[in-house]
Amino acid sequence: MRDITLGQFVAGDSFIHKLDPRTKIGMMILYIVMTFLVKKIYFLAIPFAYLVIELILSGISLRYILNALKPIRFLLIFMFLLNLLFTKGEHVWLDLGFWQLTGEAVLQSCFLAVRIILLVAGASMLTLTTSPIALTDGIERLFAPLKIFHFPAHELAMMMTIALRFVPTLMDESEKIRSAQMSRGADFESGNVFRRVKSMIPILIPLFVSSFRKADELAIAMESRCYHGGEGRTRMHQLKFRLADLLAILITLTFVAVLIVLLVLFK
Amino acid sequence: MSVVINHLTFAYTQGGKPLEPTLVDLDFTIEEGSFLGIIGHTGSGKSTFVRHLNGLLPCEKGAVVVDGHDLSVKAERKTVRSLVGMVFQYPEYQLFADTVFEDVAFGPRNMKLDEAEVKNRVQNAMTLVGLDPERFSARSPFDLSGGERRRAAIAGVLAMHPKYLVLDEPMAGLDPLGRREILALLEKLRTESGCTIIMISHSMDDIANHATKVLVLEKGRVCMYDTPQNVFARAEELQKIGLSVPAVTKLCIEMNRRGASVPASICTREAFLNWIREEKKHA
Repeated sequence: MRDITLGQFVAGDSFIHKLDPRTKIGMMILYIVMTFLVKKIYFLAIPFAYLVIELILSGISLRYILNALKPIRFLLIFMFLLNLLFTKGEHVWLDLGFWQLTGEAVLQSCFLAVRIILLVAGASMLTLTTSPIALTDGIERLFAPLKIFHFPAHELAMMMTIALRFVPTLMDESEKIRSAQMSRGADFESGNVFRRVKSMIPILIPLFVSSFRKADELAIAMESRCYHGGEGRTRMHQLKFRLADLLAILITLTFVAVLIVLLVLFK
Repeated sequence: MSVVINHLTFAYTQGGKPLEPTLVDLDFTIEEGSFLGIIGHTGSGKSTFVRHLNGLLPCEKGAVVVDGHDLSVKAERKTVRSLVGMVFQYPEYQLFADTVFEDVAFGPRNMKLDEAEVKNRVQNAMTLVGLDPERFSARSPFDLSGGERRRAAIAGVLAMHPKYLVLDEPMAGLDPLGRREILALLEKLRTESGCTIIMISHSMDDIANHATKVLVLEKGRVCMYDTPQNVFARAEELQKIGLSVPAVTKLCIEMNRRGASVPASICTREAFLNWIREEKKHA
């Protein structure tokens, strides 16, 4: 439990780290668009190249990207096998009578697997180089124009910030409650699924009670410091759109443009 | 029978790598029937140490043996958890059941006792902590006052009839009356049921008045392990590591500074009054 770290943010001082979070969110959206535009495996080379450049510029070690891919490894294998089994094709490589291994199936399986890997790796580039707080700031600012439609951008961002802030606290809390109930002979490790789910009740109820208490205390603490929503609120860290951000966006757009041209040419 | 701590060293890990050790080579024995007070600065390893006493943290280096059960053996942990009761800081935060009765019964039920015995133990434990079973059994633990809630949580541990009762700052956040009640309860448990008490506290007065042995931890090492009289006689050393001494000891030190000769071992009100009576007789 202790080793879990949420938001895998790796502090750094690179070109990518220093970009405005809004830029990085934009870059990620464009990157995702790129991977979804592609229908053939060799065109994935363009988003792949983009990812490699971003990785090198950010100075983040490849290990972190691999770590981010670890949780989806079973999904990947499953999808790969499923596509291998059920994709029909003309170029038969292996005929077992009831089932044929086709070139198309292999290509399609690889394509989907690589696309998922690229998507997850790209998304984790954002969270690896942007602190959760900067990220919510960026989201707030991006959604700000929607305020005219009464979209609660500030409230949403504040809730996200608070939720992130309390993850370690609740983690600590649940560990304490777990220890206390284990000391009273609670057993969380044996029995079937139903027994195990039921054995979580003595942890979940105190955890909920304490979350509500903490929420209440936090609300009072915020009000005591004159918090009254986003209206007229200034910020300590101003987000600034700088030349580097413009450059990053332009480079990303160039990649998108090149990809579209290639796709049209080789249709 | 006793709790034997044998060269216990422990370090938390972060990202798979061990951090600076929190406990370094602890090696002593807690005798049965004693009242051990544990004092130490924040971060000295007190809480980490007591978590080893019922196997919540694994013994990696060294061993903890409770009544002959070695806690490095996983199968022994369950046995030991019914021998060693553990009351954490703010134990009321662990209440979860619909009624006080059900909450107190959680431990005994986990021990697979039959229903009659569970009922018996719950009622005894509730009476012991001063919650009348008739009035409180059916109430929700969340409707109780702060002090009542804490006592209900402690009853939940006592209902398991622990031979060793470990308490991590059980009086934190209670008013003076609440503190006295808890201390009286512990004293009663020790003298009447022969329960061994192991208590972490920041109140030197409570330790001086109740403990038979005091363990002083400093940066995860045993700094002193002795009777309260001998420990508090070393007031200067305690102050050097950021701890204080009981009010009576402070008074004695001040008196000695002004020319009196009070023995350094006096750390309780009774001992001080006795000393004055003796002095009067001789005068």
